[in-house]
Amino acid sequence: MAVSAAAGKKAPNAETAHPAPSAESYTPRVDFYETPDELVLQFDLPGVKADGIDLRMERDTLMLHGRVAPRTQQAESVRTEYGVGDFYRSLSIPVEIDTAGLAAELNLGVLTVHLPKHERAKPHRITVKAG
Amino acid sequence: MSSSAIRESVRGIREEIGHFRRHLDRLFDWWGVEFQDRPTQTVSYPAMNVWQDGESVYVEAELPGIKLEDLEISVTGGTLLTVKGSRAATPPDQAECCGQERAVGSFDRSIELPVSVDASSVEAHLEDGVLSIRLPGSPDSRSTRIAVKAG
Repeated sequence: MAVSAAAGKKAPNAETAHPAPSAESYTPRVDFYETPDELVLQFDLPGVKADGIDLRMERDTLMLHGRVAPRTQQAESVRTEYGVGDFYRSLSIPVEIDTAGLAAELNLGVLTVHLPKHERAKPHRITVKAG
Repeated sequence: MSSSAIRESVRGIREEIGHFRRHLDRLFDWWGVEFQDRPTQTVSYPAMNVWQDGESVYVEAELPGIKLEDLEISVTGGTLLTVKGSRAATPPDQAECCGQERAVGSFDRSIELPVSVDASSVEAHLEDGVLSIRLPGSPDSRSTRIAVKAG
């Protein structure tokens, strides 16, 4: 018989932070996945460059701020379906993370964040001997 | 059923989904969970912003995760702009999906432009997930002063 003890099967709690933004700001959409070794988050951050990203982990909370340069055209507006502004989001991460192994990459306006699980949070297979 | 009728009915369904989605968003707001709060006046994807000056029409759309070569941009009859493409979810190996908010699947959106444009000289570029299209007005769409002779 094998018992697998997995920590934190829960998805991150979707919470939105509003750190007093002065201009209009937006909550980026995110997909989150869990693998045996890490949590992976993918944020849509259109208009954000790598040097405009401030990503930090404080205790169990991941905080993201993506700066977006204004890009209003010098012309008459005909149709406005979306607003442009910075992105803010904070998520509580329900699994203990090995903060030394945090990594993130930005590609085509999508930010992928890797949060490696701490050894303590990884599932460990327990072998049960017959008595 | 003609393709325009299908497009109309798809639009109707999308609108219904949009109403339901907004209803859900309010519900989740109540519980302190928020999936998205970008202002959307339309549920059509992608959302588009449009400007014009005397020379050209400028269209911008947010399309993160898509390459320009995977997009199909066309102009029909000088005034109908169509943007087509698709985006797939990109889960890591061995992943189980825990939550998905980002749009995936194919999209096909057409908008009416304010003036007739010259389809042969349209410029498009995609940078950091933002698509920008410049569509120069066709010569006959620019306002022409009409000389009025005294009778």
